[in-house]
Amino acid sequence: MYTGMVTLQVLDTVFYEAQRQGRISFYVTTIGEEAINIASAAALTMDDLVFPQYREPGVLLWRGFTLQEFANQCFGNKADYGKGRQMPIHYGSNKLNYFTVSSTIATQLPPAVGAAYSLKMDKQDACAVTYFGDGGSSEGDFHAALNFAAVMEAPVIFICRNNGWAISTPTSDQFRSDGVAIRGQAYGVKSIRVDGNDALAMYNTVRAAREMAIGEQKPVLIEAMTYRVGHHSTSDDSTKYRPANEIEWWRMQKDPVNRLRKWIERNGWWSSEAESELRIDVRKQQEKLLRETIERHPRDYPEDVPL
Amino acid sequence: MASALRRLGSAAARRGLSTACEDTKKSLFQLPQAGGKSSNLCSAINQALHIALESDPRSYLFGEDVSFGGVFRCTTGLADRYGKSRVFNTPLCEQGIVGFGIGLAAMGNRAIAEIQFADYIFPAFDQIVNEASKFRYRSGNQFNCGGLTIRAPYGAVGHGGHYHSQSPEAFFCHVPGIKVVIPRSPRQAKGLLLSCIRDPNPVVFFEPKAIEEVPEEDYMLPLSEAEVIREGSDITVVGWGAQLSIMEQACAGAEKEGISCELIDLKTLIPWDKETVEASVRKTGRLLISHEAPVTGGFGAEISASIVERCFLRLEAPVARICGLDTPFPLVFEPFYMPTKNKILDAIKATVNY
Repeated sequence: MYTGMVTLQVLDTVFYEAQRQGRISFYVTTIGEEAINIASAAALTMDDLVFPQYREPGVLLWRGFTLQEFANQCFGNKADYGKGRQMPIHYGSNKLNYFTVSSTIATQLPPAVGAAYSLKMDKQDACAVTYFGDGGSSEGDFHAALNFAAVMEAPVIFICRNNGWAISTPTSDQFRSDGVAIRGQAYGVKSIRVDGNDALAMYNTVRAAREMAIGEQKPVLIEAMTYRVGHHSTSDDSTKYRPANEIEWWRMQKDPVNRLRKWIERNGWWSSEAESELRIDVRKQQEKLLRETIERHPRDYPEDVPL
Repeated sequence: MASALRRLGSAAARRGLSTACEDTKKSLFQLPQAGGKSSNLCSAINQALHIALESDPRSYLFGEDVSFGGVFRCTTGLADRYGKSRVFNTPLCEQGIVGFGIGLAAMGNRAIAEIQFADYIFPAFDQIVNEASKFRYRSGNQFNCGGLTIRAPYGAVGHGGHYHSQSPEAFFCHVPGIKVVIPRSPRQAKGLLLSCIRDPNPVVFFEPKAIEEVPEEDYMLPLSEAEVIREGSDITVVGWGAQLSIMEQACAGAEKEGISCELIDLKTLIPWDKETVEASVRKTGRLLISHEAPVTGGFGAEISASIVERCFLRLEAPVARICGLDTPFPLVFEPFYMPTKNKILDAIKATVNY
């Protein structure tokens, strides 16, 4: 799990910088939410169907999507499975059971319920898992999906990444309920709130939710509390609407990757040498890969941007 | 047997001219005849649904109130026969109904979602436009929800007012990635619905209300093939759904005054059969389109623009559109709102005498 989280961090840095340099048109980082991504993915099996929002590339990474495949989609080159039809970060992989990302908020929730119902009818030992943010919980599709999941008794896990911000809208402007977990309860869905920056807690919660969803053939809602350390996307500068020291505080004090690192170091399974080795390695790999991808598909690269 | 009849049906539709239709009864010869009995549209739909659920065990039917038979009785007997886990009520939520259907279809099932009235389809518009229609395309064909069929009764009923009379087809015709199909009669409805359910694309199927004889067996009618249901030489008249019976009356009235009308049922609105309409207009030189939906931005505008592009120099008169007025569908003023037989007849005469 730890190497997964570090790889995700490095991947984010490399692609973010690539966008800033004009190499790709757009990017969305997952900074601060690495634990939710990787730990939840680790607790699932490959047969579980994933209906993402757009801040869950870590789930895809865990399942085996290669750095090359991520790059192809971001460049929209000929090797992109999506055939260059969508903006960067709109990944999808049928062989990894990760449904293609769409930009629209929460529209993936009702289909996740339908897919879960199909699994139930086919008596599969699997569930559907769908992710969304605090903002997504305001959309009509959220209410439609929870209600349907409860009535149809569909084995679906709803994971809300409550990261405090929907672009520039803080949760105080998003809802006045006691977060999102209480809404699950209101719909008759078993719900739990968890510290989303605690990789172990996240892992265990999703593991238990999966057993419940499949064993009882009922939906479960998990509200994972976290913080969106990065900007909403490369088109956003979040210092315009929130204090820079707030961002720094979360990045330094509450980073989920640091937290897990300290725990594995304390257990003697990791060291600072291993840490720098890993980071340098992954970074080198990715930069080399980007360069090669550009060279392989020169036509799918902007003419006016130097290599 | 069913496939042979299907082939016969589509070949006859393409031949069009040699079926020499003078009235609707003769046009029915292209369809299976054996053991038909009088049905209204909803019992024809019911037959199609029975066949669909019987022939594919991974097909599901759901929507508001479908379990007891539905407000139009289109779904009677289905829950009893196929079980509550395949035919079931959903909560009152159109976006949920369609979204749920997309998920089912994405897993390779046939999902037949019912929207109680076309007037209520709008909460599901986002799911249809941003999910269903783009599901295959955006994934580079890794995923698809082709097994989804959304059915909704539509159109004027005489007393429906704003919210039980709408014809919203034009909104959906503007969405690449779905098909829009509208049958004119019970017999057409059964064959077209079966084609829609079995078509590997998400389809929106609008159902009018009528009575006619319907054959009992499993048969399909081809999508994207318009049908010339009355041959003529002076003017091409195009429509779909319930409006066709009004148009037929207008054509009969025109004939008494020496005008020969060629009447075409479009059947599938997207993708629509431009070739058949163009061939007809090349013959007649005049076009009139009629639909219940308001005229501005209605699907008649698309047909008009496309045919003008293709047949500009052949046209003898402007393309006429006799449609609903640009108002919400009124209750007591329905007779004024509707594109009636006399309005159509007047326009036929004006176009021919242009």
